[in-house]
Amino acid sequence: MTRSAALVKTEPALLTFRPSRGWTALNLVDLWTYRELLYFLVWRDIKVRYKQAVLGVAWAVLMPVVNIVIFSFVFGYLFHQNQGGVNYPLLSAAGLLPWGLFAGALGRCSGSLVGNTNLITKVYFPRLIIPIASVLSGLVDFGISFLIVLALMLFYRFPLTWNMLWLLPLTLLVVITALAVGLWLSALNVLYRDVGYIVPFLITTWMYVSPVAYSAGLITGRTRIVYGLNPMAGVIEGFRWAIMGSNPPDVLFLVSIIMVTVLFISGLFYFRRMERTFADTI
Amino acid sequence: MTTSIRVEHLSKRYRIGLAPRRYQTLSENITHFLQAPLRTIRWIQTPHQDAEDTIWALRDVSFDVREGQVLGIIGRNGAGKSTLLKILSRITEPTEGSVQVRGRVGSLLEVGTGFHPELTGRENIYLNGAILGMKRNEIDSKFDEIVDFSEVKQFIDTPVKRYSSGMYLRLAFAVAAHLEPEILVVDEVLAVGDAEFQKKCLGKMGDVAQQGRTVLFVSHNMSAILRLTQECLVIEKGKLALRAASSEAVDFYLSAGNTNAGERVWDESEIPLSAAPFRPLALRLRDSRGQVHDTLRSTETFSIEIEYSVSAPVTGLRIGFYLNTARGEAVLTSFDTDDPFLYETHTSRPTGHYISRCTLPADTLNAGRYSLGINASSFAIRRYFEEEQALDFNVDAAGAPGTQWPEPRQGVVRPRLQWEITG
Repeated sequence: MTRSAALVKTEPALLTFRPSRGWTALNLVDLWTYRELLYFLVWRDIKVRYKQAVLGVAWAVLMPVVNIVIFSFVFGYLFHQNQGGVNYPLLSAAGLLPWGLFAGALGRCSGSLVGNTNLITKVYFPRLIIPIASVLSGLVDFGISFLIVLALMLFYRFPLTWNMLWLLPLTLLVVITALAVGLWLSALNVLYRDVGYIVPFLITTWMYVSPVAYSAGLITGRTRIVYGLNPMAGVIEGFRWAIMGSNPPDVLFLVSIIMVTVLFISGLFYFRRMERTFADTI
Repeated sequence: MTTSIRVEHLSKRYRIGLAPRRYQTLSENITHFLQAPLRTIRWIQTPHQDAEDTIWALRDVSFDVREGQVLGIIGRNGAGKSTLLKILSRITEPTEGSVQVRGRVGSLLEVGTGFHPELTGRENIYLNGAILGMKRNEIDSKFDEIVDFSEVKQFIDTPVKRYSSGMYLRLAFAVAAHLEPEILVVDEVLAVGDAEFQKKCLGKMGDVAQQGRTVLFVSHNMSAILRLTQECLVIEKGKLALRAASSEAVDFYLSAGNTNAGERVWDESEIPLSAAPFRPLALRLRDSRGQVHDTLRSTETFSIEIEYSVSAPVTGLRIGFYLNTARGEAVLTSFDTDDPFLYETHTSRPTGHYISRCTLPADTLNAGRYSLGINASSFAIRRYFEEEQALDFNVDAAGAPGTQWPEPRQGVVRPRLQWEITG
């Protein structure tokens, strides 16, 4: 081999595969190497979602608007939730915004591995890419919902404040929450298809125990700590605070954050542990 | 020469029923869990052999592959070839042993993995490329080449669900063919598509080999194996049976008798009551040396043997077979009393045990996969027993007329025909 050829040719990496046991490291380097695949899978999910729908992206506008109208009618008008001069349409919109992202992401994420069986049994890549992609693909719809909330704010002449910048980290928190729960459910779904039946029920129930249709201000004292065990409670109240300037984050938010962290880290490791048998059991 | 792949004492165990029993439910598992202590006690008491509910898909396989070598892997269905490729492609983990690979492994266990029908040809090229491990700029730079190879240029912005199956395959293979890993693992992807396309793929495979990349190539197409590889592994029941020069390995594979394959035995419980007094016992394929086999040579005779018993005298009974291609096209149908002489001498069959054997001449069938069905009936009176697809088998065309060209030939038959060339 000539000297120049030797310079061009890089020595390929030596990889060893052997049986792994028990809990393994997360291998985030591998995840980074495959970031382009993550991008393409997110892009595929978004593209396919609206491809053969007559109304296309209009659905992403229509659904949240319909939800806000129904909530405002049922809870705001029939159940008089808008006491004390609270703007109920905006209150529900600010709750539905993170909830919609979470519910959609969780639904897609728990079915994501089973839905991509053909990829898992035919090609190697870090399996974490699949649930992550399914969660991230909800961000486009979220962006559209956010524009609707902005429109509502302008309509009701609510001031736009610097506080709204908090929405960025809060959105990240919703994504991580959905992923935390989704990692558990998607991996469990590979073993037990029962998960597929449980998830829609879980999401509906979860919505009622989260402050979506009502404000968590209704819950006071010690109960708030227990209520915070629902990881979505803190972040939804956070959204309301950033948008409407309502109750600032307190102990409820802190408990929620701790819950998310615990769920997320345990979910990551559980997923990694199950990952090696996905191709055999799916 | 550096070693590109080193496989050491590789074993893979599957729990039986894990794959087929797809929908394990929670309740099943709770039951399983509750029985666990009991099982553990039993397991300790019995000297521990392999647990009953597991099978070894691979057992203690070791081999090395040199950089730039094209190694063929042959073996019957279920021998463990696919499991080996899956471990090498990192899709599944070994149960024991280790694999070392030098460089990026590209695996083509299927063409068009991850193709989405709603996306256009262009979009699928990017998606599929990314799934196979290509970088985006790599796909950008090869995009035109891929489109040219696929011959679907004018439909590149049409959703692939509108493609014909041929176009779909061409596009899928075009992406795969432009993958440039240091190690390429290919499983039987050439078995798809029309003859023209297969030829193109074989050509491309040959190019890949010449570029000095390491290739592992699994195929049931012995002509392709002989053409593309110099050396082969023969895998039998999860073990490495032989590593030898390709021609020797192919001979070994085609002549190694395996009593399970090439035979269909009927259990009493499988036979409907309506079959009585006829009772099928076995259907066998024997090669020219009389060995039971599921892969037969096109260039040699073989026989189809039906073993049965009759528990009461039957008049007008005829026993026959249907020969179909694996795709279900009828090739021929024949009965043991087709011949007028046998028809006269066997108008009635007394109680007893029989074998009806039919020998097919050499140079009859083309390479491919076939299926045999059996029929036992009295014409226009009663059908005693019928099974449309009782036994599958392969025909290998190695040595048949025209195999000097490594191309698949269209058609079901491959007779040795007389040609004259006058000048």
